[in-house]
Amino acid sequence: MTENLSTAAQEIELLAFRLGEQEYCLDIMSVREIRGWTSATPLPFSPAHVKGVINLRGTVLPVIDLAVRLGMPPVRADERNVIIVVSVNGHTAGLLVDAVSDILSIATDQLQPPPDLAGDLESSCISALTLVGQRLIRVLQLGAVLPARPAEAA
Amino acid sequence: MSIDAMTEIRASFFVECEELMESLHDALAILDAGDGTDETVNVVFRAVHSIKGGAGAFGLDALVGFAHRLETVLDELRAGRLDPTPGAVRLFFQAADMLHDHIRAAQSQDAPPPTGEDVLRALEGLMQAAPQAEPEAVDFTPTGLSFDPMLPQWTTPPGTSEWTIRFRPHAGLYRSGNEALLILRALAGLGDTHTTCIVPPALALDPATAEQPQLGWIITLTGDVSEADIREIFDFVTDVCDLDISPADDAADGSATDGVAAAMASPDAIPFRLAPDSIVAAANHDDPPATSPGVGEAGLAPELQPPPAPSNAAAPAPAQPASPKAEPDAAAATIRVDLDRVDRLVNLVGELVINQAMLAQSVTEAGMAENTAVMNGLEEFMMLTRDIQDGVMMIRAQPVKPLFQRMARIVREASTGVAKQVRLRTEGDQTEVDKTVIERLSDPLTHMIRNSVDHGIETPARRLAAGKPAEGVITLSASHRAGRVLIEICDDGAGIDRARVRDIAVARGLIAADAQLTEAEVDNLLFLPGFSTASQVSALSGRGVGMDVVKRAITALGGRVAIASEPGVGTKFSISLPLTLAVLDGMVVRVADQTLVVPLSSIVETATLTPQAIRRIGRSAEVLHIRGDLVPLFDLGARLGFRQARAAGDRVVILTTQEDGGRAALIVDAIMEQRQVVIKGLSRNYGRVPGVAAATILGDGKVALILDPSDLTRSSPQTAIDAIPLAG
Repeated sequence: MTENLSTAAQEIELLAFRLGEQEYCLDIMSVREIRGWTSATPLPFSPAHVKGVINLRGTVLPVIDLAVRLGMPPVRADERNVIIVVSVNGHTAGLLVDAVSDILSIATDQLQPPPDLAGDLESSCISALTLVGQRLIRVLQLGAVLPARPAEAA
Repeated sequence: MSIDAMTEIRASFFVECEELMESLHDALAILDAGDGTDETVNVVFRAVHSIKGGAGAFGLDALVGFAHRLETVLDELRAGRLDPTPGAVRLFFQAADMLHDHIRAAQSQDAPPPTGEDVLRALEGLMQAAPQAEPEAVDFTPTGLSFDPMLPQWTTPPGTSEWTIRFRPHAGLYRSGNEALLILRALAGLGDTHTTCIVPPALALDPATAEQPQLGWIITLTGDVSEADIREIFDFVTDVCDLDISPADDAADGSATDGVAAAMASPDAIPFRLAPDSIVAAANHDDPPATSPGVGEAGLAPELQPPPAPSNAAAPAPAQPASPKAEPDAAAATIRVDLDRVDRLVNLVGELVINQAMLAQSVTEAGMAENTAVMNGLEEFMMLTRDIQDGVMMIRAQPVKPLFQRMARIVREASTGVAKQVRLRTEGDQTEVDKTVIERLSDPLTHMIRNSVDHGIETPARRLAAGKPAEGVITLSASHRAGRVLIEICDDGAGIDRARVRDIAVARGLIAADAQLTEAEVDNLLFLPGFSTASQVSALSGRGVGMDVVKRAITALGGRVAIASEPGVGTKFSISLPLTLAVLDGMVVRVADQTLVVPLSSIVETATLTPQAIRRIGRSAEVLHIRGDLVPLFDLGARLGFRQARAAGDRVVILTTQEDGGRAALIVDAIMEQRQVVIKGLSRNYGRVPGVAAATILGDGKVALILDPSDLTRSSPQTAIDAIPLAG
């Protein structure tokens, strides 16, 4: 088993979720938890994809409407939607998506780089594509969708 | 020893230094007030001595050098050869400040501060003036001072001085890692020694008392040595042993015989006595190389020194305190805790408070009747939560004393700089305030104190002419008032020259020449940016900061500054601060179906909005006409982008103060309540939001934003507001 590691591709686990008609996924290691929708407190002067902030057990957590971030119509905020709480580099945020669909184990050599769609906003947010059966899964570039961190650590 | 362990020990040494400096300052203040006793002088001496000892262990030569010279002078004071005159105490204060500089420099591993030589010389000059100075001091005295008369008394011809040293270690000597044998060897290195070991008659080598030193020594030293040379050997152990050094001829005089008589009269009170078999004991202990029974039996005093304290004398086996901390007047026991842990606890308690509020709300919503077990339990829970919150906040709270002590130094330095005589009196320095508040208060307070010295207190000549004592007094006081901390800086100077303040404000274009201002309004002109009354730039001003900076710093802490002045009597600045930065008193308001919190500290008043009071200026700007004042008016909902324009109907308006002293009016839909909220940072996960200071979590579990009215109503962010589409 161990000697196969070099030849056989490594597998990564991905959390798949739906956004409208499309299916996306992200590295399961960056997922902290999945929670139901709670209404967010809007932040003034924020970009449209920033839904606002919610209370995650005492932490003030920004929530991003991933569909708007990717240039799609906004997710309809109701009880069926979920918030995926992700953490990258100690920076935590919630992603509002339609529904979580699957947990996938995909070999890294099954991941294809996205086609070069220059100038397209959402292409920078996609790091790879993969096919699972007939489903096209888009792997999210998490760092690109999170709100920009302030330059000053105030 | 690992590097880490060493760093840790070093760090704890510097923490200890801070504590020692604090007690040093306290004791000097007592001396300054003229209430000093021998013990006060001892505290000063011990503090300097302990700092020197620790610094020696870390090889901090500059610090050791400075402390040593200071200690030498203090020793004179301790011996009563020097009087704590006001002048001397002032010098000691300056020296203490410099000692602090040295500690700071050593701590940050900077080059030692150059200052200090003049003060040390002045101090050592005092010593010269005293009738009996130590010869060691001669080394440090600048040439030109007359010290000749003292010389013959002390400079014995080389090779002929003979000293009798009586030395008996306490347990603390061994415990602190010193070794009597090494000291005896060092003495032998100075000249010819004859050492007699003193063994108690019933020397029991019992493991239970093995750590209790039983032996003492009498050493006769002959050679070209001064008392200072000998003292230097005992430098690090003087407070953990009985030590008596006297010229040999003194030792044989009547007083020693009296000592024997006293010893015979009350044998129980005497730690040990001469024993004929001292040589054997000494040999067995492999201690001093040369022993002489003859000296030992020559009628020397059996006790080296009187028992140090009555309580010790009463005990059959005199147990010596291990360190000064074990003394009866020592402060209550403390532990050092990592600040991170405290902060984590503070956060958790914040959670608890929110959780409790949520629970209370849902219980009420469930329609629970009063006086049921659940309601009673909940009430108790609320009380406990509040107690826990207070308790945790208290952990972060620290007395303002170290801060006030720093201010004393500022006064000393500032008054010297402008040739004024100023004394700082402090009151309520045990008042406790959150650590962060204290840290951030230091700069504004420093500036205000400097200001009081520079502008408040008059020159001695003018004071005398006005019938006041030449020495001005600045009173710095702290007290708790209505859940806040009140800090007052009060001087007995000339008061604010309002006519001049007015003239300057007009000259700088800050007010119109014909403006009608009340006295209070004139006083508040001092806080305007670009205002400075100093007609000549002194060493103190010219730092480029004015009272506006002070005010901004205080406002940033959630505080307020007020000013009161009476011509000829003095000026008083009052700073009111929140106890902590973790919670905030806020007014909860509703705007466009959103709940927001406005910090109470920035609210001047609330009023009902009437259409007649609104005046338009230009296309969109509006001002509120309230009691003769015109205040810029903002609709909070529109300003935050929550709605396009305000709907008709009666609204409430909140008047807020700005950092720059101006005012603004914010229109809100309704005022919900006034309550304490736990401050939650927003920037860690998101970044700064214009007009928003932080967030909090309300009883319903929802996040509410805490507004920063000054930022919100600043004229510039308009473009930013328009450019970004509204949040969904």
